[in-house]
Amino acid sequence: MRKLGALLAAATLLITACGSSSGGTGTKTLTVFAAASLTESFTALKAQFESAHPGTQVRFNFAGSSALVQQLTNGARADVFASADQANMDKAGQAGVLDGAPSVFATNVLTIAVAPGNPKGVAGFADLATRGLTVVVCAPQVPCGSATQKVEQKTGVTLRPASEEQDVKQVLNKVQTGDADAGLVYVTDAASAAGKVARVDFPEAAQAVNSYPIAVVKNASEAGRAKEWVDFVLGQQGRAELQKAGFGAP
Amino acid sequence: MPWVLWVPAALALALVVLPVAGLLVRTDLRRVPGLIVSDASLTALRLSLETAAVSTLACIVLGVPLAVVLARSAVPGIRVLRAVVLLPLVLPPVVGGLALLYLLGRKGFLGYLLGVTAGVQVPFTTAAVIIAQTFVAMPFLVVSLEGALRSGGERYERIASTLGARPWTVFRRVTLPLLLPALGSGAVLSFARALGEFGATITFAGSLEGVTRTLPLAVYTEAEVDVDSAVALALLLIVVAIVVIAVARPRALEGTAR
Repeated sequence: MRKLGALLAAATLLITACGSSSGGTGTKTLTVFAAASLTESFTALKAQFESAHPGTQVRFNFAGSSALVQQLTNGARADVFASADQANMDKAGQAGVLDGAPSVFATNVLTIAVAPGNPKGVAGFADLATRGLTVVVCAPQVPCGSATQKVEQKTGVTLRPASEEQDVKQVLNKVQTGDADAGLVYVTDAASAAGKVARVDFPEAAQAVNSYPIAVVKNASEAGRAKEWVDFVLGQQGRAELQKAGFGAP
Repeated sequence: MPWVLWVPAALALALVVLPVAGLLVRTDLRRVPGLIVSDASLTALRLSLETAAVSTLACIVLGVPLAVVLARSAVPGIRVLRAVVLLPLVLPPVVGGLALLYLLGRKGFLGYLLGVTAGVQVPFTTAAVIIAQTFVAMPFLVVSLEGALRSGGERYERIASTLGARPWTVFRRVTLPLLLPALGSGAVLSFARALGEFGATITFAGSLEGVTRTLPLAVYTEAEVDVDSAVALALLLIVVAIVVIAVARPRALEGTAR
């Protein structure tokens, strides 16, 4: 019987240990759910925000926007949500997890990533349909893929990709390892891999501008700070940092 | 059996059963058939079954000799070798995929050689899916076989050879028949593992409908837009896995029971 008691105690300990991961006193923790493509710029903004708001700690959950929406609708605690596209922000809105209307804080456009020096001589979007060229794109289900599809429709150029990846970083990886000759990625991703990939910008990219909305999450435990973070991202410092990463103005 | 064991056993069972039950509860089961019978999911299911079958075959062709070598040879360093063989069991699948890419990718040394000499590109092909599945599934087969080989049989082999049988005859007439029951369960395990393979496939083979997008990859892709349809596909995968294990496993177990 004592053994059983010990076992049960261990089990409950295990369960409660898994359940309560938050905590901490004194400092206020602001939890920001943000699209993976914002990793570099938001991390840079975190330091500036924290020094401007002593006693506040910003904590990030970077992931694909739709994964974040799923986490939010399933009850994940967050204060701010920044999406890489309007569709996922709309989904969050419809699920009733947002507090107020989202505002667009940045835009992103596609570019062609190729190996440094552009050995295959890719000059524009139409070149991607050339036979013998291994092209990798995002799946139409994810934002960079739907942008790709939009450009295909507007230009009438049909791509025959070797793979439809789940996110833009996977596309970038396949260009970096040399397994793909070219990949369609966002300007910001190409910028983050400068030196490892070269960029071939194409004018048709303007046909599929992707906007990044941000919103405060309903029942945020730090609603006031959350609003301040949103304003901070929308403000001058946010703008400067996002511009540095290659994002366009809203 | 001490009754106290029931408590952790029930917890363990709950850990496996409850999540699947949760999936079922949240699913609108009436919508499932409609969601599954799309061209994309049927294509993914077929690709999954075909590639898993081929990779199971590859596991058998390559894994049986490997298990015999590991269990029977007395080469120094065989213990290290065994650890290496089991590596795919512990490696995160994404790491396995990267490793394959660095070997067989266009800039990997074998991939480069293949490209230059034969013009063959492995990533992004169905063959890449099979290689990834074989990579992660083979340890399951080798472990089952090696256990069976170690737990008995060496005596029969020795007697056969003292009676004048050549090594190849001993392998064919004594070792292989002894292995059959373990081979059955090992093959089922490998097939099930290959069916569920995700990380190595998406990293090494990519994801393209009809070519490399197997059922697990289709679930992941679908989850980006429609969770309900992703769950429906996941249920399909679960049903297929349970059928495979239920149909094939008892026979394998009966075999080991002698």
